[in-house]
Amino acid sequence: MPGQYETVIGLEVHVELATRTKIFCGCSTAFGGKPNTHTCPVCTGMPGTLPVLNRQVLNYAIAVGLATHCEIARYCKFDRKNYFYPDNPQNYQISQLYLPLCRNGYVDIETTEGTKKIGIHEIHMEEDAGKLFHDEQGSCSLVDYNRAGVPLIEIVSEPDMRSGEEAIAFLENLRTTIQYLGASDCKMNEGSMRADVNLSVREAGSNVYGTRTEMKNLNSFHAILRAVEGERARQIALLESGQSVELETRRWDEDRATSFPMRSKEDAKDYRYFPDPDLMPVRVSDELIEKIQKSQPELRPEKKARYQREFRLPDYDIDIITGFKHLADIFEETVAICRQPKKVSNWLMGETLRLLKEKDMDSEDICFSPEHLAGLIDLVERKVITSTVAKEVFELMFEKDIDPEQYVEASGLKTVRDENALQKAVEEVIASNPQSVEDYRNGKEKAIGFLVGQTMKAMKGQADPVRIKEILRICLTSANVL
Amino acid sequence: MNILSMTAVELSRAILAGRVTAVDAMEAVFDRMESLEEKVHAYITADREAAIRRAQAVQERIERKELTGLLAGVPVAVKDNICTEGILTTCASKMLSGFVPAYSAEAVYNLEKAGAVLIGKTNMDEFAMGSTTETSAYGVTKNPRNYDHVPGGSSGGSAAAVAAKECFFALGSDTGGSIRQPAGFCGVVGMKPTYGTVSRYGLVAYASSLDQIGPLTQDVTDCATVLEILASQDAKDSTSISRDDTDFSTALVKDVTGMRIGIPRDYLGNGVDSDVRNRILAAADVLQKKGATVEEFDLKLVEYAIPAYYTIASAEASSNLERFDGIKYGYRAKDYDGLHNLYKKSRSEGFGAEVKRRIMLGAFVLSSGYYDAYYLKALKVKALVKKAFDDAFSRYDLIMGPVAPTTAPKLGESLRDPLKMYLSDIYTISANLAGLPAICVPCGEDSKGLPVGLQLIGDCFQEKKLLRAAYTYEQSRKETCGDARAI
Amino acid sequence: MAKKIDDETIEYIGILSKLELSEEERQQAGTDMGKMLDYIDKMQELDTEGVEPISHIFRMENVFREDVVTNADAGEQMLVNAPRQKDNMFVVPPTF
Repeated sequence: MPGQYETVIGLEVHVELATRTKIFCGCSTAFGGKPNTHTCPVCTGMPGTLPVLNRQVLNYAIAVGLATHCEIARYCKFDRKNYFYPDNPQNYQISQLYLPLCRNGYVDIETTEGTKKIGIHEIHMEEDAGKLFHDEQGSCSLVDYNRAGVPLIEIVSEPDMRSGEEAIAFLENLRTTIQYLGASDCKMNEGSMRADVNLSVREAGSNVYGTRTEMKNLNSFHAILRAVEGERARQIALLESGQSVELETRRWDEDRATSFPMRSKEDAKDYRYFPDPDLMPVRVSDELIEKIQKSQPELRPEKKARYQREFRLPDYDIDIITGFKHLADIFEETVAICRQPKKVSNWLMGETLRLLKEKDMDSEDICFSPEHLAGLIDLVERKVITSTVAKEVFELMFEKDIDPEQYVEASGLKTVRDENALQKAVEEVIASNPQSVEDYRNGKEKAIGFLVGQTMKAMKGQADPVRIKEILRICLTSANVL
Repeated sequence: MNILSMTAVELSRAILAGRVTAVDAMEAVFDRMESLEEKVHAYITADREAAIRRAQAVQERIERKELTGLLAGVPVAVKDNICTEGILTTCASKMLSGFVPAYSAEAVYNLEKAGAVLIGKTNMDEFAMGSTTETSAYGVTKNPRNYDHVPGGSSGGSAAAVAAKECFFALGSDTGGSIRQPAGFCGVVGMKPTYGTVSRYGLVAYASSLDQIGPLTQDVTDCATVLEILASQDAKDSTSISRDDTDFSTALVKDVTGMRIGIPRDYLGNGVDSDVRNRILAAADVLQKKGATVEEFDLKLVEYAIPAYYTIASAEASSNLERFDGIKYGYRAKDYDGLHNLYKKSRSEGFGAEVKRRIMLGAFVLSSGYYDAYYLKALKVKALVKKAFDDAFSRYDLIMGPVAPTTAPKLGESLRDPLKMYLSDIYTISANLAGLPAICVPCGEDSKGLPVGLQLIGDCFQEKKLLRAAYTYEQSRKETCGDARAI
Repeated sequence: MAKKIDDETIEYIGILSKLELSEEERQQAGTDMGKMLDYIDKMQELDTEGVEPISHIFRMENVFREDVVTNADAGEQMLVNAPRQKDNMFVVPPTF
């Protein structure tokens, strides 16, 4: 019975660090760009070239290690991992095996059974590979080294997770923490955060691990959830039928919702690690750790506590807003201008999240400025525009960060205060909706709501619904004008 | 005036004084090559017109007083594993056929800043792996002192070019003796500085932790002068070091009074040719007469240095040479079936037998299950070898001995037994393992008339002591024998 | 006694180092490597218990560069030596 099996999951998470330059050369890490233009002799593996470590990589890696409660090694080294593949210009990757930078950390995740610690085995620094493109004619592949040498940290968890949901919670926690540190934007869709899943199953109650497989090519949380389910089922089916799970690397195919072994007889998986003789060891001083510790920004737990104290927002709002660094930044900057935390929160929790979901965007991609959001809230406050109009304006702001004040002015969206115009609109609605008028007069109070709506529609939303209601009441109760 | 009879330092003085031009010097070099290259074959690439153009440009800068350096206008030959911007750089391998780097090695930039003018690129053992320059994919270089013999290696082309006066000085690289041994075999001066003194940026790596660039010159004065210009801390090389004592020419003092020199007993023991032993003992006499004390002593662990060296060098080489895969530059097999077959065919066709032998040995000693027993063990032996030298240098200022057990072997003799060839590196590799500076100066000839090389090894950063002793020896020999070479 | 390096080992080393050997070369490689390993096994005689392995002679540490962009757009410069290129990329046999 599948129910008797427990899933054991460990993750290997690769995060691209937000440095300006690559880990071992002065090339830009900017995303995009024509192929092979962000390259130099060093990151294309030209003969005779040598790596020199980017100081900021170490600083970011230590910051992440501290935020995830790791021990920071006082002495670490880089090793070469040797394997032939065209995305790797030297045919070895500079990484850390023997003496990684961080060890023995953890992060807390929330599960249905309460808080759970997920151990971090180690965090090490390494270089990213280039990108392979498949030629349209299918006759060859093409290599672009723009990403080759972009700094990565690899975060290796302990096999402490027991479900796909726990794995996602772990990743979300890491993502938030690293974004808060400013060490990476952690965009899974752009590949700046990637996770490989190590998974095994064992009979419930057993304390021996089963044979694990490693799954690669998981580009979204959704894919991870599906891959965990798929792989769990595959392994259980194997065991149930008396077969055994093979220790292997598998590639997740999202379209076919299944994984395939990546085996090849040319792939010996013997990386012949040895200390890179081109790089000197790194000694981390107490002063450096202290300096980085001191300059760590406010992380999520502290921020949540402060929001409760300072802004008195509901827990639900705080949870969502602090879940993304960029969202929290916008929130705080907007509140600093307009001093209306709940109103700002409403815009972020409501319209912003709705549009992000609709357009399948990351909160990192939000482009409107706090000034403009504050301006919009002010326009509504001062009743210059109605909330209906505000939502329309917001959509444009979300798209291209327009100035709401200017836009409202230029497009004539201000709330109409001309009593004659309002009176005329009300009269027209009364005339064309005799049934509702009758219902109201017969005591159906609700009918007036429909008439207000019709009038607002006729006014293209640019009227104050409270004033419309007042005028309607006057018209409907006064002498039988109509 | 015979330009070719001048040393590099003499030539640059003559050029700066306006007595000779850089173009005259370059013309003289190419005229010499025209009569000798057919026999010697020191160069892989040497384009007369391009070299003359470079000389003209330098001459103009000298005349505008923009260049007043110690090597202004002096033609230099560069080993073909040192990158030169816009000029073919092959490492004497088919694997790098057609490779023209877009950058120069830092050492080459330093020479150019000092006014030196590149002649061309010299032959070598493929990827610097060999002791005879016979593993080159571009033909064998012959010893200018006797064409039936090898020039040594791997910097055999550079040593031969200096000996044949097809250049005024040359750059070589030394991983296990590759500058000193060919200098010894060809009767010129060659020096490997302390590891980290000369930037490795642009030197195609063989064994990164052992490789150093250094000069091959006609005399010790040129050697000190060139090294002074090569030495620099380079931000592009993490292993390069900052030194404030690189004014090496100040060490050209004829005085070794009070200097303590040790000769390791093993360095004159079994396996050393008796002519070689006698020349070294004669050199010891000369130094002693000039005020040094020379004595034999037991240097520990000599026999363990070669196994440790070949383990480390092969391991690093196997990784360093992975980048040669037929994709980004160099040789690519014509027919292949898929990616891995492209790798295998390109590399199997592109690399020669000796390179493949070392790559495979290196891959083996790093492979799963063997790392601790071989590679890690070798790094521990290296630590012990270093310690043995530390002990020796607590008692002696310098260590002296032959650069090799024999003089230059005949062409074709060495490659038959690779292990035997490796063993002939016994006196040179320790300096690389321990990062020490070492110099080879000519000290006479054997009964066949082939040069014998005297090697002096110093403690780290003690280049000045080395140069002083070498200079004193060279000058003393000149006094007693006239032309130093005639002994 | 020369160490025996069997065909399987040579085959495996060939995969690791991407070298394809003919039958004759394979034989020779096995013999050569056996001899060489026999020889370097001499190191095992030496007691290295407690010895710290060293990669570099000097205790040099913390060699850094600052995080400043120093390289301009490479244009097509990195591809001038490529045996095959297309759309400013290196061409390799299909990897899918």
